[in-house]
Amino acid sequence: MAAADWPDEIYDLLKQAGVKQVAYVPDAGHARLIERVHADNDMKAVVLTTEEEGVALCCGAWLGGERAVLLMQSSGVGNCINMLSLVENCRFPLLALITMRGEWGEFNQWQEPMSRATQPSLELMGVTVYRADRAEDVTETVAAALDTAFRSDQAVAVLLGQRLIGRKEWTKPHE
Amino acid sequence: MSDLLERRAVVKRLVANRRDLLVVAGLGSTAYDLFAAGDHPANFYLWGAMGGAAMIGLGLALAQPAKPVLVVTGDGEQLMGMGGLATIGAQRPANLSVVVIDNERFGETGLQRSHTAYGADLAGVAKACGFGWTREIRAETQLGELVDRLHAKAGPSFAVVKVAPVNPPRVLPARDGVYVKNRFRESLGLGVN
Repeated sequence: MAAADWPDEIYDLLKQAGVKQVAYVPDAGHARLIERVHADNDMKAVVLTTEEEGVALCCGAWLGGERAVLLMQSSGVGNCINMLSLVENCRFPLLALITMRGEWGEFNQWQEPMSRATQPSLELMGVTVYRADRAEDVTETVAAALDTAFRSDQAVAVLLGQRLIGRKEWTKPHE
Repeated sequence: MSDLLERRAVVKRLVANRRDLLVVAGLGSTAYDLFAAGDHPANFYLWGAMGGAAMIGLGLALAQPAKPVLVVTGDGEQLMGMGGLATIGAQRPANLSVVVIDNERFGETGLQRSHTAYGADLAGVAKACGFGWTREIRAETQLGELVDRLHAKAGPSFAVVKVAPVNPPRVLPARDGVYVKNRFRESLGLGVN
């Protein structure tokens, strides 16, 4: 399997699981998946102005009988904190797929503080955190997260490591 | 003051002949207003998640396109989620209406003035975000058009209803979110895990 196939594998898993709404604040790591969702007439791609909107949207979707998934990068987790109270109080299922920045060969140090706080702050708000750092682990991890979220009514986040996504190329080497 | 609408009467009118209307109420006064108008399984009351009411309504409206969805919330709650109006504008769900019961105050915390008291125009924001039908309502005679609009499925629709800046006696809906969620889903024929 080519390393870059994992976004297509996530798309296939979301289709198999009957996910109908995919909310996102874009991230380069999710670009391929977002394209696939937009190209799918049976899925609604919902672009957000801030990630906490997506937490509320996913809860509304479930109220109406649809499965929804939230895509973001790690910096967006901080925007979600209080809205996660909605998930816990109502025991809504939640699945967030979070691409990590600020942890592996990062160029932009402004990504570091929220990167370090991503997993602890999710856990403080009652979200179960899974993680995949290798392409061959993505399918199994996301499949397990889908079951835990939608069959057990749990809030689950899958952290997709920056090593998996690849370092962002900001400047030419040795420039 | 005396010519301003009274919030309980406005919300009661919105749901008086609700038929298959699904309703999400923002935290605080609008949740009390909706409950005071009569409890219903297709009511989803918020006690927190400030700024999230309209987005819950969007997820619900996308999931249930055949049913009209009403979000009734306060000016402070909608101001906190103003970006969500752009998100709704990008989706344009025909069955979604957002009605802001605007007393120009943060009612729960001592009636401090909100941004709408200083001129923020939420109906103007909604229009600029792509809501095809927007109104600012100050008179009872304008409410009939709004009630018809809730069921027209020609939205997204947005109304600001200016009401008197007073807190009527609290009438408290259930705070147990799991109960309110499961009751709502059962009313749509959806299962409980």
